[in-house]
Amino acid sequence: MKKIATALATVLLAGIAGVAQAQERVVNVYNWSDYIDQSILEEFTKETGIKVVYDVFDSNEILETKLLSGGTGYDVVVPTAHFLALQIQAGVFQKLDKSKLPNISNMWDLVNERTAKYDPGNEYSINYMWGTVGLGYNVEKVKAALGVEKLDSWSAVLDPANAEKLAGCGIYMLDSPSDILPSVLNYLGISADTTSAEDLAKAEEVMMKVRPFIRKFHSSEYINALANGDICVAVGFSGDIFQARARAEEAKQGVTVDYVVPKEGAEMWFDQMAIPADAPHVEEAHAFINYMMKPEVIAKASNYVFYANGNKTSQQFIDKAILDDPAIYPDDEMLKKLFTVSPYDPKVQRVITRLWTKVVSGQ
Amino acid sequence: MSKALSALSSRLVIIIPFVWLLIFFLAPFFIVFRISLSTTAIAMPPYTPVFDLADGISGILEGIREFSFDNYVWLTQDALYFNAYISSLTIAAISTFLTLLIAYPVAYGMAQAPRSIRPTLLMLVILPFWTSFLIRVYAWIAILKPEGLLNQLLLFLGVIDSPLVILNTNTAIYIGIVYSYLPFMVLPIYSALEKMDGSLVEAAQDLGCTPTTAFWKVTFPLSLPGVVAGCMLVFIPAVGEFVIPDLLGGSETLMIGKTLWNEFNANRDWPVSSAVAIILLMILVVPIMFFQNAQTKSEGR
Repeated sequence: MKKIATALATVLLAGIAGVAQAQERVVNVYNWSDYIDQSILEEFTKETGIKVVYDVFDSNEILETKLLSGGTGYDVVVPTAHFLALQIQAGVFQKLDKSKLPNISNMWDLVNERTAKYDPGNEYSINYMWGTVGLGYNVEKVKAALGVEKLDSWSAVLDPANAEKLAGCGIYMLDSPSDILPSVLNYLGISADTTSAEDLAKAEEVMMKVRPFIRKFHSSEYINALANGDICVAVGFSGDIFQARARAEEAKQGVTVDYVVPKEGAEMWFDQMAIPADAPHVEEAHAFINYMMKPEVIAKASNYVFYANGNKTSQQFIDKAILDDPAIYPDDEMLKKLFTVSPYDPKVQRVITRLWTKVVSGQ
Repeated sequence: MSKALSALSSRLVIIIPFVWLLIFFLAPFFIVFRISLSTTAIAMPPYTPVFDLADGISGILEGIREFSFDNYVWLTQDALYFNAYISSLTIAAISTFLTLLIAYPVAYGMAQAPRSIRPTLLMLVILPFWTSFLIRVYAWIAILKPEGLLNQLLLFLGVIDSPLVILNTNTAIYIGIVYSYLPFMVLPIYSALEKMDGSLVEAAQDLGCTPTTAFWKVTFPLSLPGVVAGCMLVFIPAVGEFVIPDLLGGSETLMIGKTLWNEFNANRDWPVSSAVAIILLMILVVPIMFFQNAQTKSEGR
C-alpha cells in the first residue's frame, strides 16, 4: 500500500512538474524506492518554495548506468558509497559548496570518518542513511532446524554443518561479491579489506563448501521469500530485512522475521546524497541537502524507514524503539566491529566477479 | 504523371521497411559494435575512445585507430563465455521443442474447431497478454515454490510424500519459458493449419492413407512454415532471456543474459559486454537467415 502511495505521489509530482512554469524553483531528486516520508518533501516545499520532483530507483546498477551515460537531469542522487567512490573518479559528481550547507555541523563524526574512505574529505557527498549486511531469519524455522532461539554468528551459514541443517528450509544470499566476500573474510579473522589472491582463495574455499546448501544467490528476492516464510535464513541488507519483518507482521500468517548483526561484526554500507556534475539546479540541490541535515527532518525519515542515519544531533528526535534497537543502532562495542570495504579497482573487480561466478554457478 | 507517381509510391513502400531497419536495427547495432571495440575507462561514459563531432575528421580517425578486437580475444580465453552460450542455446532449444509439443495439438484443435468458436479460442490464447509478463512469472513462483499450490495439490492427492523442489531449478526455467512463449508458437501454426484445404486430407484418405499417415504426409508438411516461424519466435528471445532464469532459475544456471549483466554492471565493462552481445547477435542471425530461406522457398512453391 505504501509502495502504491509512493508511486502515485511520484506520478503526481512528475505531472505537476510537467505543467510548472519555467521560473518556478525545482529540485529533481533520485532516491531509492520506499526510502522517505513523503511529508518531508511537502514541508520542504512549504519552507523554501522549491518544488521537489521525486523519482525512485531500486538498484545501484540502474543509477550508475544513468549517471555514467550523463545528462540525467537529476540534482540530487543517492548512490551507495561503494559505488559512489568510482563514480567520483569517473567525474560524475561536483564538489559540494559547504558554505551553503550550515547544517553539516550536525553530522556524526563516526560516520564521517568511515564515509571518507569512499569520498576523501567528504567533499562530494553527505550521508543519508546507513546500515549493515547481516542475517535475516525466520525465528520458528531456525529453531526447528538448529534448536536455537536466536542466531548470533556468521557460522549459521558459513559453517557447512549448520548450513546443511538450514538447507532444507532454505538459505538465500545476496548475489553481490562486494558484500559477501568481505563478511566471509571477517568471519575467518582476515581483514575484510584485503584483495590478496591468497586471502580471497580462503574466502572462496569457505563459499565453495557451503554453496551446495544455498538455495539461491539473489539481491532482492529474499525480501518476499522471508516475509512469506518460504526460506529460513537470508544474508541481506538490514533495511530490506526490516521490510520483510514488517510485511510478515502485516500478513499475520504466523511468520516472525528477525535481523541480527552477527557477533563477529558486519559490513557497513552508506547511502550518500550527491550532486551530479551536470545538475541543472545546483542552488536548489544544496538547499535540499541542507534541509535533509536538519535533525528533526532526518529523524522523521529514520522513524519512517527504520534505518540509522549519519546525523548525530538527530538522535534525540528518533523513536526510542529504533534508537535502542541494536540491529539498527548497534552499541559502541559493536560499532567498533563494523567494518567498511574499500572500493575495488577495475582489475581486482574483474578477479572478484570471476571468483563469484565460480561460487554462484560452479563454473 | 500518374505513372511517375505510382513508381514513386511503390518505391516509398520499399523504403519504409529499410528506414525502419536502419533506425531500429543497424544504428543500435553499430553503436554497440563500436563500444565493443573500445577499452574501459573510469570516466563518463566508461570507455574510450569517445567521438565528439567537434574534434573533426582527424579526431574521429584518431579514435578509430584506438579500436581493437581485444575484447573478442578475451571472450575466447575464459571457458565461462563459451559455456554460457552453449547453455543458453541448449535451454532455448529444449524449451522450443517442449513449446512445440504443447502448441501443435492446441493449434490443431483450434483449426479443427467449428468456425464459429474459433475467434473465441484465439482470444483465449491471447488473453494472458493482458496481464503483465512480469506478474505472470511471479505467479509461477507462488505455484512452484515448496509450499506452493502445485506441491499442496500433489500432496493432497497423495501423489508425493514430500514437496518437490521445482523452483530455482532448470525445470522451473523450462516451465516459465514454455508458458510465456506458448502463444507465439500457437498463433503461426494455427494460421498455417487454418489456411489448409481440408479436402487434401480427404483425398489422401480416399487414396488409402490412415488418418495418422495422412497427418504426417499432408497436414504436417503443409503446416511447416508455421512451425518454423513459431520455433524462431520462441527460440530467438529464449536464448537471450534474462528475467525468467533470474526469477525462476537457480544460481547454477549459467545463461548469457546473466553473463552480460555481470560484465556490464559488476565489472562496469561496457566494451566486453558489448562484445558478448555482438557474438550473441551473430549466433542468432544464423537461425534468422535459415528462417528467411525457408520462407522464400515456401513462397516459391
